[in-house]
Amino acid sequence: MSNRFVNILVPIISIILGLLVGAAVMWFSGYNPVMGYIALWNGIFGDMYSIGETIRQISPYILAGLAVAFAFRSGLFNIGVEGQLIVGWFAAAYVGMAFELPKFIHLPLALIAAALAGALWGLIPGILKATLHVHEVIVTIMMNYIALHTVNALIKAVSEGGYKTERIHPTASLRSDFLSNLTDFSTLHYGIFVALAMVAVMWFILEKTKTGFELKSVGFNDHASQYAGMNVKKNIILSMVVSGAFAGLGGAMEALGTFGNMVTRGGFTGIGFDGIAVALLGANTPLGVIFGASLFGSLKYGAGNMPNEAGVPVEIVSIVIALIIFFVASGYIIRVLLSKMKKKKEAK
Amino acid sequence: MSKRKFGLALTMVLAAGTILGACGTEKAKNNEGTGSKQGAKENNFSIAMITDTNGVDDKSFNQSAWKGIQEFAKENNLEKGDGGYDYLESKGDADFEPNLNRLVRRDFDLVYGIGYLLKDAMEIIADQHPDTMFGLVDEIADSPNVVSIMFKEQEGAFLAGAAAALMTKTDKIGFAGGMQIPVIERFQAGFVAGVAAVNPDIKVDVQYTGDFGKAELGKAVANRMYSSGVDIIFHAAGATGNGVFSEAKERKSADKNASVWVIGVDSDQYAEGQVGDENITLTSMLKRVDVAVKNISELARDGKFPGGEVKTYGLAEDGMALTDSHGAIPDDVLAKVDEFAKKIADGEIVVPEYPTK
Repeated sequence: MSNRFVNILVPIISIILGLLVGAAVMWFSGYNPVMGYIALWNGIFGDMYSIGETIRQISPYILAGLAVAFAFRSGLFNIGVEGQLIVGWFAAAYVGMAFELPKFIHLPLALIAAALAGALWGLIPGILKATLHVHEVIVTIMMNYIALHTVNALIKAVSEGGYKTERIHPTASLRSDFLSNLTDFSTLHYGIFVALAMVAVMWFILEKTKTGFELKSVGFNDHASQYAGMNVKKNIILSMVVSGAFAGLGGAMEALGTFGNMVTRGGFTGIGFDGIAVALLGANTPLGVIFGASLFGSLKYGAGNMPNEAGVPVEIVSIVIALIIFFVASGYIIRVLLSKMKKKKEAK
Repeated sequence: MSKRKFGLALTMVLAAGTILGACGTEKAKNNEGTGSKQGAKENNFSIAMITDTNGVDDKSFNQSAWKGIQEFAKENNLEKGDGGYDYLESKGDADFEPNLNRLVRRDFDLVYGIGYLLKDAMEIIADQHPDTMFGLVDEIADSPNVVSIMFKEQEGAFLAGAAAALMTKTDKIGFAGGMQIPVIERFQAGFVAGVAAVNPDIKVDVQYTGDFGKAELGKAVANRMYSSGVDIIFHAAGATGNGVFSEAKERKSADKNASVWVIGVDSDQYAEGQVGDENITLTSMLKRVDVAVKNISELARDGKFPGGEVKTYGLAEDGMALTDSHGAIPDDVLAKVDEFAKKIADGEIVVPEYPTK
């Protein structure tokens, strides 16, 4: 079996296994798995509206996945994507609401503000890691809480005691009548193109620039990189900053596209944490992240149709979706099994 | 060899796609079928709701709204499902718009959104579907086909405050709020006013946990309050309030004579307060979302849907009440509380809506 064949076979087997175990769960809980999966399929691809909403759901996942993957390539575990996304969300919502500018300035400005806010939130753990060797996992987790509650306070401040920011001006909006009409009034917005552009940016930085080579090299072995004359500290900080900027843009998707404002939150969005899984599913490569995000986004959005069309309760749906992702993520097990089978054959 | 297998795999994927795709179209046809059936029994008035992120069994206002819908359905012989009544739960705020859309697409006549978080989503969907009727609980929407359902939480909380002030032995009372938003501030304002109406010298310790879903925060706040001599805590904090109950129950089971009480919120929380033979639930302040939902549904069914209006439910409209205390509150205290209730319903006492700062 060629490597390429295995690479394609493994995810397919994983998804089928996940679907089967998920079906068993539905079966034993007294629901019809076939109806359930048809509902899931229709929820994702059923009509133009669902397709639009699915793509809309995928956009922030791509950016969150890129953020985790980028840091990971330099050997850093950025758990702070969630917080960077939240500050980016607020920055974009604020710039979108507070200024009145023509669209070709306003929209890019709001996006840049989100990226900068996210980058700043990544800069702090980056500096602490590079200069004082404070572990980035601890710092980024704590930065998530700081982000959540700081932003809640800021929302209160800019809305004069309210619980949400005013809606952004249309000049800062990523929404488009064209995409909306095309998909039967879904909330699909131009954000997907921003996300795909960032995929290209990440690929370009990592594969085509000297900086990217250094970043990857630090990820493989920072001592060797140091010995080779690279500035490890600078690269660690840079990696966190770029990672944070991706995450901040993910927040901008929510601010400028999906919601148009920001509401005080009691808890995290979950997108940032899901981004970790997206990045790992995509093997931390830019292209892989697109696939990981597509899987996550479609399942997350399509699952909402299972209670609607097939009457399967939300709790069971969550288990089924988690099982599918679980099996996809444990593709390694299947890989090992396949190679054992291969060895057996060869021994014969 | 490997190439052939690769080709086989590709074919299988394509085949699977086609089969699944076929399922999709078949289902779509089925949908059309039910759609026309629905048209046949047009005379049935159908209602549905979507929850906010707390789910339909939140022991709070989502559950209460669902109860109202079920009662309405029973009286009008509706069946669960298309053309009858149903609900969808939202897991995050990105679900609000799609969920509303799903229900509109299933041709429900009246769709409720439960909770202030749904305001923006509801306005957008309502503008896209001007022929569907919508009801929004706890916020005021700006669309001609949405009725906004508001409550005078301050009036119910006033009664809870009066009852607490009459029952306290330490002259210290606590208020544990969830997030500091206008709805919860109405609870606070009414509660503090109710306490002050009985005895202005009683100190009310007001604490916000900043969250509706974290029982551990509620427990910490309750611990601090009870330790500082507070004996009655009124919580308006959703699932965070469950922590207030568990702290009170722990204290009660450690010392049977401990004087700790909790006043529940939104629905009757008597069952939450059971400790062996004792119960630490003094009473619960009911927010009758069910009454409001049923009332609006009846109006809409009879063609009198108050679209674009704000309907406010207070004591006078049966939108607020205290539950049976199961003997925890003596009759003479209850009589005094009823007196307050009457005065509020008659407009003799106007309960403040905003807390004094």
